[in-house]
Amino acid sequence: MTLQAKLEALSSTLDTVVGDAIVARRLDRDELTIEVEAARIVPVCRLLKETAALGFTQLSDLSGVDYLTYGLADWQTQATSSGFSRGVSRNSVKVAEGDSRRFAVVYQLLSVSTNTRMRVKAYLNGEPPRLASVSEIWPVADWYEREVFDLFGILFDGHPDLRRILTDYGFIGHPFRKDFPLEGRVEVRYDPERGRVVNQPVSIEPRTLVPRVIREETWAESSKPVSKPADA
Amino acid sequence: MPEIRNLTLNFGPQHPAAHGVLRLVLEMDGEVIERADPHIGLLHRGTEKLAENKPFNQSIGYMDRLDYVSMMCNEHAYVMAIEKLCGIEVPIRAQYIRVMFDEITRILNHLMWLGAHGLDIGAMTMFLYCFREREDLMDCYEAVSGTRMHATYYRPGGVYRDLPDSMPLYQASKWRNAKDLEHLNANRRGSMLDFIDDFCDRFPACVDEYETLLTDNRIWKQRTVDIGIVTIERALELGFTGPMLRGSGLAWDLRKKQPYEVYADLDFDIPVGVNGDCYDRYLVRVEEMRQSARIMKQCVKWLRANPGPVIVDDHKLTPPDRASMKGDMESLIHHFKLFTEGYCVPAGEVYSAVEHPKGEFGIYLVSDGANKPYRLKARASGFAHLAAMNELVKGHMLADVVAVIGTMDIVFGEIDR
Repeated sequence: MTLQAKLEALSSTLDTVVGDAIVARRLDRDELTIEVEAARIVPVCRLLKETAALGFTQLSDLSGVDYLTYGLADWQTQATSSGFSRGVSRNSVKVAEGDSRRFAVVYQLLSVSTNTRMRVKAYLNGEPPRLASVSEIWPVADWYEREVFDLFGILFDGHPDLRRILTDYGFIGHPFRKDFPLEGRVEVRYDPERGRVVNQPVSIEPRTLVPRVIREETWAESSKPVSKPADA
Repeated sequence: MPEIRNLTLNFGPQHPAAHGVLRLVLEMDGEVIERADPHIGLLHRGTEKLAENKPFNQSIGYMDRLDYVSMMCNEHAYVMAIEKLCGIEVPIRAQYIRVMFDEITRILNHLMWLGAHGLDIGAMTMFLYCFREREDLMDCYEAVSGTRMHATYYRPGGVYRDLPDSMPLYQASKWRNAKDLEHLNANRRGSMLDFIDDFCDRFPACVDEYETLLTDNRIWKQRTVDIGIVTIERALELGFTGPMLRGSGLAWDLRKKQPYEVYADLDFDIPVGVNGDCYDRYLVRVEEMRQSARIMKQCVKWLRANPGPVIVDDHKLTPPDRASMKGDMESLIHHFKLFTEGYCVPAGEVYSAVEHPKGEFGIYLVSDGANKPYRLKARASGFAHLAAMNELVKGHMLADVVAVIGTMDIVFGEIDR
């Protein structure tokens, strides 16, 4: 059975098990993604793990995505009436309009018994964004959720110990959000007068070395293009 | 009766057995661990955020620096993710070269692990033995990429260049006389493939040497047998992969189960453990080194017989060769565009995983069609392993913590990212 056929079979099995919770699904590049209502993530995950025909006993990865600037480029690639745009202005986080679903939590699942992978996505919004924790189902999610909380500020209800994990003790902000500057907000230095390390506002000038551009690529014959996926 | 309280012990971050910058807060009842709370992030560099702000090719070098003991395997997952998004087929010779270097990397990693793990629990000689063979493999890295560690050798579409016809030789110096030099350079006179072939022939005997020192060693067994036992079911729930999972007895290896590149055509076995303790994981890794040498041998044989291109001939993605760049206007434009703006990757999201020496290393890549990744997440196997630290060491003695850290094969470059 090809991978494609296997995933289509999996997709129909999912219909019978958790069909009513699936908002959208996509089979692209031999990978199956289902989008699940955020409110129902825990019962869905429990079914995915405990249904014998699925057997997603392993949570390979759990990550956050911030869709704030998705599809935005620094440069126009088509000439306008004033010519091409040049240069990239500083400190400007442009926000993609019309999308109310800013954050996504992405679960990469692996079933050892059927040898398949799938991806579960839950979109969320609000400040702070909240989602129920799956650490009861997969214990490894404990640290993954701590990481997503640390980097994206997504709160996981029911998590046993939601502390920061990667950033420094006492860090302020959530650095992987798209509106958090790459160079950060504070820097530390040793102050010889006070005889200790001090925090101060960052002195690095932000700069863009390579502007972000979006082009419709036409790949050569040697590399076959894949079908363009539906909008994420 | 005096009041007895638990002792809280701070282990690391500057401790030689912490394998980098691990800070462990241990709550102990006498010498027995009640609770272990690893504090990580002391080596957090924000690799994923940096990658979002750079063209795709400029992040390959950052991948080397994730798990800095198995550099090319990290690159492999990353370039595979890009190739999957672009829908590129890699030339067969490049696939064999990648597999060969993945296996070289696996031996590199396991030698580092064996040496350091041995050193942690009292076997000094192992470190010296392992680094002796490691040096030869580092030379292979150097010969093919110019650097001994952070190779940046894999590129989307293939590998940067074909294997060299010669190996670097040791030079004469006041510490080496002609006789030493002759001995050192004896197996370096031929091509790189000759050198690797020779390595594969002598390496199993080296593994025998390591095993003579450890496998039946009473002290080694006292320190590792029945320490940190995990069952298969629990290992899966805890997100264990690689030798940590195989040590418990489940023959799960992505090279066999979800073959990528040419692993499906190669002949090798997956070693598994029985008890799921530190000793079994040691045996699994040692056997993996022998199997890696076996795979390398097959790759050498194939690569000798089949010359061909090692990278796709698509100048939207790979640079044109130097000569045409100097003489041909279109090549010059391609070269300029590729090294300034890079290439745009079709929109979509993929997760590509490789069987990294430490477990499953995955890259989750989201692209919105730009010349930079929209989001890149590295799934590091060590992160999941370390998350289970508390469960593995609970009820063990303080000295066993060191054995468990060792058996997890922790490298902070990939855990902290």
